[in-house]
Amino acid sequence: MARIDLVDLAHSYGGNDAPQDSFALKPVTMTWRQGGAYALLGPSGCGKTTLLNVISGIITPSRGKILFDGQDITPLSTQKRNIAQVFQFPVIYDTMTVGQNLAFPLKNRGVPKAEIDKRVAEIGRLLDLEPYLNRKATRLTADAKQKISLGRGLVRSDVAAVLFDEPLTVIDPELKWQLRSKLKALHRELDLTMIYVTHDQTEALTFADTVVVMHDGRVVQSGTPAELFDKPAHTFVGYFIGSPGMNILPAEVRGREARIDGHVIALNRSYDNLPAGAKIEIGVRPEFVDAVTPAPGLLTSKIERVDDLGRIRFARVRVGEAKLAARAPAGFTSSDGMAGLKFDPSHVHVYADSLLVEGAV
Amino acid sequence: MDKTVNQKAWFLVLPVFLVVAFSAVLPLMTVVNYSMQDTFGNNQFFWNGVGWFKELLDPSTDLGGRFLASLGRNLFFSLVILAIEVPLGIVIALSMPRQGWTVAACLVILALPLLIPWNVVGTIWQIFGRPDIGLLGYVLNAIGIDYNYVSNEIDAWVTVIVMDVWHWTSLVALLCYAGLKSIPEAYYQAAQIDGASRWAVFKAIQLPKMNRVLLIAVLLRFMDSFMIYTEPFVVTGGGPGNSTTFVSIELVKIALGQFDLGKAAALSLVYNLIILIVCWIFYTVMTNAGAERKPQEGAA
Repeated sequence: MARIDLVDLAHSYGGNDAPQDSFALKPVTMTWRQGGAYALLGPSGCGKTTLLNVISGIITPSRGKILFDGQDITPLSTQKRNIAQVFQFPVIYDTMTVGQNLAFPLKNRGVPKAEIDKRVAEIGRLLDLEPYLNRKATRLTADAKQKISLGRGLVRSDVAAVLFDEPLTVIDPELKWQLRSKLKALHRELDLTMIYVTHDQTEALTFADTVVVMHDGRVVQSGTPAELFDKPAHTFVGYFIGSPGMNILPAEVRGREARIDGHVIALNRSYDNLPAGAKIEIGVRPEFVDAVTPAPGLLTSKIERVDDLGRIRFARVRVGEAKLAARAPAGFTSSDGMAGLKFDPSHVHVYADSLLVEGAV
Repeated sequence: MDKTVNQKAWFLVLPVFLVVAFSAVLPLMTVVNYSMQDTFGNNQFFWNGVGWFKELLDPSTDLGGRFLASLGRNLFFSLVILAIEVPLGIVIALSMPRQGWTVAACLVILALPLLIPWNVVGTIWQIFGRPDIGLLGYVLNAIGIDYNYVSNEIDAWVTVIVMDVWHWTSLVALLCYAGLKSIPEAYYQAAQIDGASRWAVFKAIQLPKMNRVLLIAVLLRFMDSFMIYTEPFVVTGGGPGNSTTFVSIELVKIALGQFDLGKAAALSLVYNLIILIVCWIFYTVMTNAGAERKPQEGAA
């Protein structure tokens, strides 16, 4: 049970002297509160596994500190940190039974036998592994094996946080949601800090109450799923979260107006102090752009195709070089392949050099 | 479509039949033929039935005594070298580097003894161990250890065993190293998180994962050492006395030294049979071990 603070933490596989651009994990300072369910979300190679391994102590960071409840544990080895980790591929000890697997971490720490038996029985019940406790672990299916890996972490009563490194990769789709809801239930029951690494946004958004989005070694935004959706702090978040992703368009922004190809789009806020020389873009989610019959005052676009997702249809359109997705309201058809775009001003965001700019009201 | 009946295919298989017949069946049948007869030279043969086999398995006869004694020596030899080479090979594999240029260097050094022809290995140790001009023998005697593999039985045994360990431990080590390399990094990381000691990691992860290659190593080393001939023959010639006469050396003595073709043939067949049986046992154990490891459905 612990709060985890990362203080100016960075890691480079090339050593501390390597140029900062090449760092696998660029300097980050953040706090993970006790009992939170966090997801580390990002594409492959964005540094999320590096960050996880730094927290668990498998990797010693090149720079910075990790605090558990205010105590610096950076120099401590993995064994001495109260961390449990579940890996991408199930790790089980072949020669042992399920029960012995669960008992292994306690045995290594010299816990008395009676105590071990009690904890193993408890965790076995919690993870629905009771019927298998006396069976060889090798013969079980992948999801049962992942539960054993998890159980080996939970069996220690002093565990501060459980880290998951894409734990559902090898699980069959229909079992995935079962295991995920099991994790959610465990989280509620045990009041543990859980950190879940994934590149699957559905997994991240359904599991976590705080999603930390990483991109190119940097934490670009950390927030609730709703925050990530409504107000992406970085164009990458807008693009990565949501399906289809956010529309990002180069634009000229002055005051309460954005101009695209000479066409004016109204904004809800005023942007007067945009940094000079920065790349200015506007971002708007497809859900807040309507494709309608072209009319004066609307940005005209050429329809390339319409994706029917059943509940909702998205028109893929083109404005000059830029490609957009827009909601196609029920009954909308275009005779000439052209559509007018109607933007919802309260959901149009302005980005300078990919970072969100807060406008004045 | 009707199949045409055509017996021409047999002609295509015929070369294989001929090759197998000449390379395996006929020589083996010749040996079987010899094992049932006695000869006094001049190409004269007399029927002896299963007489040689009876004698072979009866320790009170000369042939049986020699066979069973050499078989005992051979089994003891195999046991000793396995007991040394397997643990030693594991230790070497465990202490080898995992990455960097040192890996290649280690592999080359380990592979060197394996590449030397067997009789050369014998010659190397024959000279190396000589008390007058051999480095090992001379040094041992110089520091006061009375070492002479020609006259002392124990010295001869030690020399033959050390030579085999020198020659073949690399094989066990390389096999184990391959087994170790195939263990995913996550196992070690998980063990770290579980607070496992070095010994616990070895017992829980490394040894079980090396299981299969170790079985292969034991099988190969047992077979090779059970059939060993060249090296001890070059070094000790089976002596002093008969103390390092293994089954293969005994066989050559009977067949070529005494020209007792019947006895030698019977001995060859029994020798062959023992090896086949041991092979079969190992094979069964290994395939069963493999089948046991297959994951089963419906256990979630």
